[in-house]
Amino acid sequence: MMNALREDLTQMNMVVRQLAVDTDLYTLPSTTIRTPDLEPQPVKIKARNVNVFYGEKQAIHDVSIDIPEKAVTAFIGPSGCGKSTFLRCFNRMNDTIEGSRVDGLIELDGRSIIDRSLDVVELRARVGMVFQKPNPFPKSIYENIAYGPRIHGLVRSKADLDEIVERSLRKAGLFDEVKDRLHDTATGLSGGQQQRLCIARAIAVSPEVILMDEPCSALDPIATARVEELIDELRENYTIIIVTHSMQQAARVSQRTAMFHLGNLVEEGPTEKIFTSPEVKRTQDYITGRFG
Amino acid sequence: MAQHIVSSFDEELRQLDQLLREMDELSGSMIRRATQALLEADVELAQKVVTDDREVDAKQRDLDDRAVTLIARRQPMAQDLRLVVGTIRMAADIERIGDLAKNIAKRVGAVGQTPISPELSASIQSMSDLVLKQVDAVIEHYVARRPEDLVELRDNDEKIDIFYTSIFRELLTYMMEDPRKITACTHLLFCAKNLERVGDHVTNIAENAYYILTGQQLPVGRPKQDELSRMESTKGS
Repeated sequence: MMNALREDLTQMNMVVRQLAVDTDLYTLPSTTIRTPDLEPQPVKIKARNVNVFYGEKQAIHDVSIDIPEKAVTAFIGPSGCGKSTFLRCFNRMNDTIEGSRVDGLIELDGRSIIDRSLDVVELRARVGMVFQKPNPFPKSIYENIAYGPRIHGLVRSKADLDEIVERSLRKAGLFDEVKDRLHDTATGLSGGQQQRLCIARAIAVSPEVILMDEPCSALDPIATARVEELIDELRENYTIIIVTHSMQQAARVSQRTAMFHLGNLVEEGPTEKIFTSPEVKRTQDYITGRFG
Repeated sequence: MAQHIVSSFDEELRQLDQLLREMDELSGSMIRRATQALLEADVELAQKVVTDDREVDAKQRDLDDRAVTLIARRQPMAQDLRLVVGTIRMAADIERIGDLAKNIAKRVGAVGQTPISPELSASIQSMSDLVLKQVDAVIEHYVARRPEDLVELRDNDEKIDIFYTSIFRELLTYMMEDPRKITACTHLLFCAKNLERVGDHVTNIAENAYYILTGQQLPVGRPKQDELSRMESTKGS
């Protein structure tokens, strides 16, 4: 009897969740000001009414957004606005922080990723991440790339692995610079090369989504330009979400921009709209350098 | 609008506004004096207007330089970006207004001592006054950040066109009555046309200013009265 009831409840919950996700983003009651694309793209990630807590403190308040497939979405906002926290929900990186709790709905290709039964290792293979500071393993360049495919069992032979390493390095625009020293230690590379190595490492396990948390903040302008060029090429095949403090970078690399402030999603829309005529004063004040 | 965190940025934007205002005041005064010189056959005054145009040109170059430097140094965004790009465009329109005033001044000698009828003189004076009012008001509304007034101002351009049409008719009558007046009347006709063109530049400025202030394009323009071309085509038949 109890079991049947529990099952009914679970099913009802699922129906309710499904309804919530199917609600068109633009009719959802929300404080966020949204501007749709002229030609809407397929949605890769759906987030609805997401709240994130660190213990008692609420870091994200009721954020809903659609992340379009094979496009670059930029998250901007002042420090502490929750953009990195929200980004980290997409591959469950917040799980690693003690006392953190995420509620609401996040779906990748229509499948919930908040569900505790989900295999996080598999999720992180599909949703890769690049961090602020390049963090290569203290191993050879080759091993840095080979590690992921090997532990995920993506390769059968040494030849397969060689091919993946070369392909990943090529996609990251790094192969020609390192092909003669693949077995040298990765920490000997320059900062920009290390960051592209980390991107190559992320690509090696064939993810669908790449999360980038201020990927250029530790790089010089030339290395930054290379990474931005790479981001532009990667969007042919990957869905990219980038958190950046550089307004110019967001304007250069992204197709859509979302502006966060104090844990709220203030405004989101096509990048050219956000940077030429934003709707919300807070967005305008932030991107023109008038905040506070 | 709140202050920028970097206060020298505010100062640079303020300087652009200031230069724009100076250019506008100078070209307005050139129109006023060119009309006066024309109606009073004052060649000396006309000469002063011609030399003043160099100052407008110099101010425009200064403004362009500052705007380009500002873009390079500050990478303006949103309203600031619209302001810088829009100011460059408005300055180009004001520079053209200066050129048109200079062109009127240059014709003063050619019109010479040909007596102008009091009615015609009054029409040209009223048209010039109206144009001048528009030139002054457009930058005033912009600097005071009053987009709604710009809408009304743009619609006033129609009145200038009506003036121009009536002056055109009047000059045509004079020329038909007395072929010896054709040279002077043709020059006057060009002067009236120049004033009418100033009105068009004011319209451009109003549209740019509205875009800077609101991020929206001005609602689709007023229906253009094309009375002149109708007159010309019926004349032949």
